[in-house]
Amino acid sequence: MRTTQKRNTWFTYALVIAAFAITQGFVQSGNITSTLKGQLVPICAYVVMAVSLNLTVGVLGELSLGHAGFMSVGAFSGVVACMSLADAIPSEPIRLVVGIVIGAVCAGLAGVLVGIPVLRLNGDYLAIVTLAFGEIIKNLINCLSVGVDARGLHFSFLSNASALNLGEGGKIIINGPMGISGIPKLSTFTAGFILILVTLFIVMNLVNSRAGRAIMALRDNRIAAESVGIPITKYKLMAFVTSAALAGAAGTLYALNFSTIVASKFNFNTSILILVYVVLGGLGNIWGSVVAATVLTILPEMLRGFNDYRMLLYAIVLILVMLATNNVRIRNTFHTLRGRFKKTSKEGASDEQ
Amino acid sequence: MSFLSHLISGVSLGSIYAIIALGYTMVYGIAKMLNFAHGDVIMVGAYACFFIVSRYGMSPLLGVLLSVAVCTLLGILIERLAYKPLRAAPSLAVLITAIGISYLLQNSAQLLWTSNPKVFTSVVGAGSLKFAGGRLSISVTAIVTIVICAVIMLALTWFTGKTKMGKAMRACSEDKGAAQLMGINVNFTISMTFAIGSALAAIAGVLLCSAYPTLMPTTGSMPGIKAFTAAVFGGIGSIPGALLGGTLLGIIEIFGKAYISTQLSDAIVFAVLIIVLLVKPTGLLGTRIQEKV
Repeated sequence: MRTTQKRNTWFTYALVIAAFAITQGFVQSGNITSTLKGQLVPICAYVVMAVSLNLTVGVLGELSLGHAGFMSVGAFSGVVACMSLADAIPSEPIRLVVGIVIGAVCAGLAGVLVGIPVLRLNGDYLAIVTLAFGEIIKNLINCLSVGVDARGLHFSFLSNASALNLGEGGKIIINGPMGISGIPKLSTFTAGFILILVTLFIVMNLVNSRAGRAIMALRDNRIAAESVGIPITKYKLMAFVTSAALAGAAGTLYALNFSTIVASKFNFNTSILILVYVVLGGLGNIWGSVVAATVLTILPEMLRGFNDYRMLLYAIVLILVMLATNNVRIRNTFHTLRGRFKKTSKEGASDEQ
Repeated sequence: MSFLSHLISGVSLGSIYAIIALGYTMVYGIAKMLNFAHGDVIMVGAYACFFIVSRYGMSPLLGVLLSVAVCTLLGILIERLAYKPLRAAPSLAVLITAIGISYLLQNSAQLLWTSNPKVFTSVVGAGSLKFAGGRLSISVTAIVTIVICAVIMLALTWFTGKTKMGKAMRACSEDKGAAQLMGINVNFTISMTFAIGSALAAIAGVLLCSAYPTLMPTTGSMPGIKAFTAAVFGGIGSIPGALLGGTLLGIIEIFGKAYISTQLSDAIVFAVLIIVLLVKPTGLLGTRIQEKV
């Protein structure tokens, strides 16, 4: 059991590093289309989102339909930090790191605020409340204006940007429903790659720790776990907040790749998109999330040749994959094949001895 | 007077949510799945009615009946092709399939009818009734919506309480295995539930577009989410709960828009939902299931 886990962990790291090396090779030699090149940072952000959501849905076992809300909190707080610290920190990579850390902390705080009430509920009721929180966060950010001048940050709520009372040389950062424009492009593919590695490190170490085993025990049987003395709220909150903070980091990375960002980008559909990655990759399967997020972000680009039909094809592929992976006959065939393969390899091993 | 008129438009919007929520709640009760494609069935129903009435010039009543027929068939077809093979699959797999169906319907609509908004002509006429010396005016659409919702509620209560099919539905939602042993055709019952839910979605779509006349491929998604919220609000699986949740949600939304802030009305709706669920974790009329160890 332990060795399988270890092998899985190393396999995941190797997979990500190999993918990065190959892609970097393509980018260096110029053998990559410009649309795909533009997708590299979003892919990294989606991979981090998928891995972090897998922590909530796959490892903790609670369906969350509002993950994009945390991404949104991270995106907006991280970008505000990066733009207001433009003079204080001249070095771009350091500013990016600071932005990502601030984004993660803010999203983590939002995760605590949301998690304390939400995690008292169960099942579909919990799912609908996360959905509600995602929508509330979107709505609140839509009403928020933020500006910066020599005296520091100014906030105003529910009125337009002129209510900010900015001093001379002040600049508007978040302009209500118009969101943020003029974002410096600080995100790079390398930064995204490092963020993925950090995320994998955090999530896989959490899962393979005492706390992670407690979280999985909660998932498998809450009552049994409680009866052996596992504090439910503590471990649920730990998984949920870690997941939210990582989503915030992904949000900052994502936002710093585009010149404008609006709150309505991070809506229910985005949450669902990430849930699709997690479920297709396999619940609780970390490398599955990585692969699913990558393939499903590239897939619509690959289908660009079909123009208008590409989203239709995407939907059909999604349905067919779900039908095929849950088909009893296909599953049984797969299991028999796998069993036979294992048997032959074992026989081969015993033959050698 | 403005309070009364807001209340009536709130109840009317809430009635539409309630009709949609019925579809969610019935399907959830029997198949234990969140049918995310339900909102898009509403959209298909509204488009069907739009084309029958505006393009082919048939009577509005015929338009409503035909769009109900189209949606019923669509509902049965979706259930047969996408959900039935997944009966034994984990609930998340079914959820993702439902999302896939939702994408499929939205994108098909976009290809067939483009994303340009269409102006839906109300099937009940645009007039309004004046009360209290002209100070209170209520649109005919609002009144018709409320009446239709009440009729549907009464009909469904009778159907689930008295008819053989309705009893079979309740039996299936309690215990599928036991229902099958009693000679109930579970698969047929589930198909019927989808048919009824989709028929209601068509009616809701026509009423929704009569009140808010822009019709786009994404028209159904936000009301779908709101109605789903309403179903949970009232206690998912409960038919009176759907009515109560839908109506309250509609009233809160309209009052929030009128008295607090237009931008924040959705946030207010969802905040009320969260508070209710924290106090009563299974919704207003939901039954608390005792956990067995």
